[in-house]
Amino acid sequence: MAMKIKVLCFGITRDILGGFEKEIELPEGASVAFLKQRLTDEYPQFQKLNSLRIAVNEEYGNEELVITEQDEIVLIPPVSGG
Amino acid sequence: MVENIEIILSNEPLSLSVCQSFVEDPAAGGIVHFVGAVRNHTKGKTVIRLDFEAYEPMAISEMQKIAEQAIQKFGVMKIAIHHRVGTLEIGELPVIIAVSSAHRKAAFEACQYCIDTLKETVPIWKKEIFEDGEVWVSATP
Repeated sequence: MAMKIKVLCFGITRDILGGFEKEIELPEGASVAFLKQRLTDEYPQFQKLNSLRIAVNEEYGNEELVITEQDEIVLIPPVSGG
Repeated sequence: MVENIEIILSNEPLSLSVCQSFVEDPAAGGIVHFVGAVRNHTKGKTVIRLDFEAYEPMAISEMQKIAEQAIQKFGVMKIAIHHRVGTLEIGELPVIIAVSSAHRKAAFEACQYCIDTLKETVPIWKKEIFEDGEVWVSATP
């Protein structure tokens, strides 16, 4: 079974994906690590980033965390506040 | 219970005196501020302005966590963290952190902890605008 997740893109990830909101199809039960791999496969520019974290429901998600369609998923490239 | 943490993410110019007022306390023997400013150059290039954006709900919750950790680690009294978003010109202030404490050492340490950790974990991004282009800061080597 496939699921369609919506990801929100900030900073340089918005330039890479070409928009703030993107729909991505993943197999059900996909993890944060799976999403990161999928993004890197489809958009090689991700390899150039110093880091990429994924926020799931406003918390940093570890690599094993399983994503669902209901989650708010946000791409967090290297932060540069302050 | 008296609130001991104030987190603000704002489109409007930040105020040192507002941060100061929040952390003042009769039991505080010292107040330390960190004030970030927009610099006119980076790596030898002239910067025209900076554009800041934030994943706002998480930026606020991460700043809250940092302030809570700092109070626990260093035993300080009150902390204000105010951060700006939007377009900032040279000399404007992207961030102000104020910490009050019974004694100065803890206030210095907590203030440094807050700004160092903010720069690592809070989902806020800045883009440097040059005369001949623009770049997301720290995004790539």
